[in-house]
Amino acid sequence: MTARMDKRFADLAAEGRPALVTYFMGGDPDYASSLEIMKALPKAGSDVIELGMPFSDPMADGPAIQVAGQRALKAGQTLAKTIQMARDFRREDDATPIVMMGYYNPIYIYGVERFLDDAVEAGIDGLIVVDLPPEMDDELCIPALARGINFIRLATPTTDEKRLPTVLKNTSGFVYYVSMNGITGSALPDPSLIGDAVGRIKAHTNLPVCVGFGVKTAEHARAIGASADGVVVGTTIVNQIASSLTADGKASAATVPGVETLVRSLASGVRASRLAAAE
Amino acid sequence: MNQSPNLNSFREGPDEDGRFGIFGGRFVAETLMPLILDLQDEWNKAKTDPAFQAELKDLGAHYIGRPSPLYYAERLTQHLGGAKIYFKREELNHTGSHKINNCIGQILLAKRMGKTRIIAETGAGQHGVASATVAARFGLPCVVYMGATDVERQAPNVFRMKLLGAEVKPVTAGSGTLKDAMNEALRDWVTNVDDTYYLIGTAAGPHPYPELVRDFQSVIGTEAREQILAAEGRLPDMVIAAVGGGSNAIGIFHPFLDDKDVQIVGVEAGGRGLEGEEHCASLTAGSPGVLHGNRTYLLQDEDGQIKEGHSISAGLDYPGIGPEHAWLHDIGRAEYVPIMDDEALEAFQLLTKLEGIIPALEPSHAIAEVIKRAPKMGKDQIILMNLSGRGDKDIFTVGKILGMEL
Repeated sequence: MTARMDKRFADLAAEGRPALVTYFMGGDPDYASSLEIMKALPKAGSDVIELGMPFSDPMADGPAIQVAGQRALKAGQTLAKTIQMARDFRREDDATPIVMMGYYNPIYIYGVERFLDDAVEAGIDGLIVVDLPPEMDDELCIPALARGINFIRLATPTTDEKRLPTVLKNTSGFVYYVSMNGITGSALPDPSLIGDAVGRIKAHTNLPVCVGFGVKTAEHARAIGASADGVVVGTTIVNQIASSLTADGKASAATVPGVETLVRSLASGVRASRLAAAE
Repeated sequence: MNQSPNLNSFREGPDEDGRFGIFGGRFVAETLMPLILDLQDEWNKAKTDPAFQAELKDLGAHYIGRPSPLYYAERLTQHLGGAKIYFKREELNHTGSHKINNCIGQILLAKRMGKTRIIAETGAGQHGVASATVAARFGLPCVVYMGATDVERQAPNVFRMKLLGAEVKPVTAGSGTLKDAMNEALRDWVTNVDDTYYLIGTAAGPHPYPELVRDFQSVIGTEAREQILAAEGRLPDMVIAAVGGGSNAIGIFHPFLDDKDVQIVGVEAGGRGLEGEEHCASLTAGSPGVLHGNRTYLLQDEDGQIKEGHSISAGLDYPGIGPEHAWLHDIGRAEYVPIMDDEALEAFQLLTKLEGIIPALEPSHAIAEVIKRAPKMGKDQIILMNLSGRGDKDIFTVGKILGMEL
């Protein structure tokens, strides 16, 4: 575990509230605006940042994130630039953990060793690589752990008791529970089922369990935060960015403030969740 | 049985992790892992279950029309003046191509697994038609994902699928071709994991698909090997097949891989030429990468973003290739060469006129390679080619290029 990730979850545990984990697509709609969005996230109340690495064929994502990736790629985003974005962010913020999230092929083509060298140097704390299940751990997970970079794994409703230990074995940082089968941006499932699932995972691990897929409002964030150690919001932020763009897909004056307002609202939900649970 | 692998064999792959050398594997989202592990278990059981094999064989004989004939193309042989040319006539199968071999096999697996809904991706529509056909035959609902571009250029097949009761969902994401259809099918699968069986059409994707599709298609090579021995008393000197994802090719190649004197040639779509980006020659002009669950050769840029291919034939219009072909290419057991759109088109016309067989544009690429090779070979030599599909579906495409209004 990196010190930043450890410290952040320890501090939040002491504070008695779940983390707000926010995802955005690196380079969407362009490098400069995207960096401004990244810088705005912690100021608006985000505790952990997921920095999306665009990929041409995001098989586990819904249309919103696919289109965001296409916007980023069209604006010239590359894996090298996404790493650079983290490096630029770190000049101002050395406390907020950054998790890079995406698909394996761009990393494989960049070169695993070179990628990990650059990620460590840029201040990356964790990786979520959607298409690398535990069966493929030798590819990136084991080398990443050796460098002290967290490898965060997704657990899903199809991850049964038998499979859970396999999934958790080399997971570090936190466990990302995908609260439903399906692609990003789908509807929110019943919060009580989520509580059961989080409990089931926690019976197998001491790692924080963050829950995502389907969180759209402060109320969702509050409800999920009652049982989870963190609430992940992605598609809603990406949609907010998309809705602020000009007709030709460029950033507008409303792009960064729109994200700030949304994240501030989600942060208030997360901060109210344990209060509500204690009532 | 604890059997050590035969190091001299090219037919032992994949290993237990689904690898052919560095290729293959299981690069999928966690949601899908339990499903592909279940599929693998079921396939391991089915492989050795006499009842499963008997049902497969029975449907093969009475529904598909197997064995497909081995045909000596006498007029083409005379025309080219070299090696004797034999066609394995997969185009005579029910639904008009080799695709049905795999679909029958996989739907029997789906039935064994208690799945009640079939999804499939399709490019040219041949696999979509074959999937819709077996879904109709087994009374299961079927959703076929097809790129919006392909829906337009393959209208007759879209109509066939609809007649067969399938729902055809056009995919507009990306460029609206086969790779986008595959992305969309995978998205459907991660959303409907409980009841849905994903019937992949080619020998690619996460393990165990490349293996099981190959095994279902190997009936082509197994029959052809017996048929050529019966006809000529010896094995062919060369086996040629077109390669998109590579299911018809691996199907005819695999039973010959350990016959070291048999030369094996796969033909990729060279499109409008390899110097530009308008081709689908992943082995000749691509590089190893990870897409759609497996590591294989891909058309991609220096950032690892997947490129769009181009081919006159929608069935070859895919930026990747099955992992076993990637391995056979790297170890040098098989040779892979490109054929351009215009060469395939000429071959299409030549075969139609000389043999009275209208081939699909996919095997027309293989025919074009036969046209190049046969004259350089001796009259005592033999080429076996997989005529994997018939060209009825392509007459509109060809008509348009030849300037004829249909």
